[in-house]
Amino acid sequence: METVNIKINGRDYAVEKGITVLEAARYAGIDIPTLCYLKDINEIGACRLCLVEVKGARGLVTACVYPVNEGMEITTNSPKIRAARKMNLELLLSNHKKECLSCVRSTTCELQSLCNEYGVDENHFGGERTEYAIDDSSPSIIRDNNKCILCRRCVAACKTMQGIGVIGANDRGFDTHIGTAFDIKLADTSCINCGQCVVACPTGALYEKDDTAKVFEAIADPEMHVAICAAPSVRAQIGECFGYEPGTDTEGKMVASMKRLGFDGVYDMNLTADLTIMEEATEFLGRVKNGGKLPMITSCSPGWIKFCEHYFPQMTENLSTCKSPQQMFGATYKTYYAQKMGLDPAKIFFVSVIPCTAKKFEVGRADQSAAGVPDVDVAITTRELARMIQQAGIDFRSMQDEKFDTPFDIGSGAGAIFGATGGVMEAALRTAAEVIEGKQLEKLEFEDVRGTEGIKRATYKLGDIELKVAVASGTANAKKLLTAVENGEEKVDFIEIMACPGGCVNGGGQPYQPAKVRNNVDLRAKRAAVLYTADKNMDLRKSHENSAVKKLYDEFFGEPNSHKAHVILHTSYVKRGL
Amino acid sequence: MKKKLTTVEFHGTKEQEAKLLEIIEKYKDTKGAMMPILQQTQEVYGYLPVEAMQIIARETGKPIEEIFGIATFYSQFSLNPKGAVSIAVCLGTACYVKGSGDLYNKLGEVLGLEGGGTSSDGKFSLEATRCIGACGLAPVLTVNGNVYGRLTTADIEGIIAEYR
Repeated sequence: METVNIKINGRDYAVEKGITVLEAARYAGIDIPTLCYLKDINEIGACRLCLVEVKGARGLVTACVYPVNEGMEITTNSPKIRAARKMNLELLLSNHKKECLSCVRSTTCELQSLCNEYGVDENHFGGERTEYAIDDSSPSIIRDNNKCILCRRCVAACKTMQGIGVIGANDRGFDTHIGTAFDIKLADTSCINCGQCVVACPTGALYEKDDTAKVFEAIADPEMHVAICAAPSVRAQIGECFGYEPGTDTEGKMVASMKRLGFDGVYDMNLTADLTIMEEATEFLGRVKNGGKLPMITSCSPGWIKFCEHYFPQMTENLSTCKSPQQMFGATYKTYYAQKMGLDPAKIFFVSVIPCTAKKFEVGRADQSAAGVPDVDVAITTRELARMIQQAGIDFRSMQDEKFDTPFDIGSGAGAIFGATGGVMEAALRTAAEVIEGKQLEKLEFEDVRGTEGIKRATYKLGDIELKVAVASGTANAKKLLTAVENGEEKVDFIEIMACPGGCVNGGGQPYQPAKVRNNVDLRAKRAAVLYTADKNMDLRKSHENSAVKKLYDEFFGEPNSHKAHVILHTSYVKRGL
Repeated sequence: MKKKLTTVEFHGTKEQEAKLLEIIEKYKDTKGAMMPILQQTQEVYGYLPVEAMQIIARETGKPIEEIFGIATFYSQFSLNPKGAVSIAVCLGTACYVKGSGDLYNKLGEVLGLEGGGTSSDGKFSLEATRCIGACGLAPVLTVNGNVYGRLTTADIEGIIAEYR
């Protein structure tokens, strides 16, 4: 590593050549404030919060885009710098809707916390403010430009990270605002509802549509049977909302808290992840055997599904027809379980909690109503569940671990890893391999498909079949992979795609983490580690060995891909185009 | 000022579309070529119709929002066709201090074109311009290139009546 010698606040450091002042300062244990900076995807020096003094430079420089040079002398903390940063915060506030008491981002807002640190006068600059109508047309995401500081982190998340670009900066000067093409409603664009813009936003300008009131209302209704199921990755994240370090498994406390909210049943979505594998692996083997459409692509991620419908409508036949684990759960609950328990499906209110904003769109999709009523009534994000727990006065941290309710309490390790990129593929491979080879696998780990890399490829030999698989997470990576497949540059049999980079553990409904953390901690790997550790420590690690799933087939569905399974557990897609 | 979408119906011809496709083809593989594409598109249509931006997005594979963002950022791009009667009010410093802002607002009011734009029948268009170099006549406006100077808001109705 080539180094340069620099001085930061009078101390000598040797740092890597070519890094920015911001990175060098971090190396020296100094945290320079930023608002617009997101490592790799938004390095534009727009917010002017990272101003520092460099000896010999004209005026203050922006640390996030200023590379270090030999002999550079940097000051990160002087009255001049503090005054400039404070002034810039006050200027941002001059055109900001300050309803911090009730704002959804209160206490997690990066602008708020910097204003606190710098002791700003929030009304220093009065005068005109731009007023914007709130766009709540999308079932998933609300845009409130009155709180936007034009940092463009959402734009970078949408365009650079996800390869979509339905939002961007329109007009100029005082009229500059983040909007869609022709300023149409977000719901009318090719937005896939992934919510990466929401987790990128430093303020309350972007947030999920809150559905917690509907859930509280249903719980309070004595006529309704209200059940909830938790997606694999929620247990790997929700602790962060209650002060735990990222990467802490809080399944037991989460279940205990959910039970105290008053649900009639608290279940584990890992179970229907296993059910998905039974259906999907069978579907895949069927396609291989009968010359069906290949490559087959997984269908668990509703953001990915909508992406495919908009950007690759010619490939919707490649999608597995399996509903997502969330929808399979609701569908099974309102058919099988309702029958078994003598419940009226119309009187069941089924809630799912997922780290995903696109699931809010999925619940309203066509062909997702197996019992004549929507399979799932409401999908809430990890953040919303945390909010409910807080509102109900439940002390999450002091909860004793509790277990999910029967008969939907058993999930395998294969189901658990569904929340990380490559997890669905690995789960499917475990089952497909044993079905094809007719004997137990010696090694259950398919390591080539693990890890946070955007695109992963592997070839496996299962029995006589040589299987080429690929895994992509983040829709920009999906686009890259599918384009190569379409052009014939790449030959693949089975593809797993998740809309969010790193998979559900990094979903749009995950707990907020400030850029300070996002830029320096690999949240995707830390949270995924929770799931892989859980899997490793389980005895039950294969979907087809899940006794609860076997029971579902014995008592109700018959066998995977049976007619009944097709009616209840499978769905269809539309070609949306652009 | 925030740019407004036009309410004038799109009357693009096949020839114009062919020219547009030619322009896109020329720049398709050039990085950062959206500016010349949009400039030349405006030469073809006289403004940037939504329909043309959609074609550019489809052919270049760029998000349509990116194109709209550029079109609304630069003052050289117009989202509205020029009217048969094209009125431009000078908002340069000299005219502005002499009250051209009031002329602009009055015209907007009389023509139903508040904040500029083109009437949906395509007859009148109103725009604000920078200094046109006739400061001695401030405040000035031009109608189809004819200069009217030393105006007050009381003159507006009369000028428009000449072109109705």
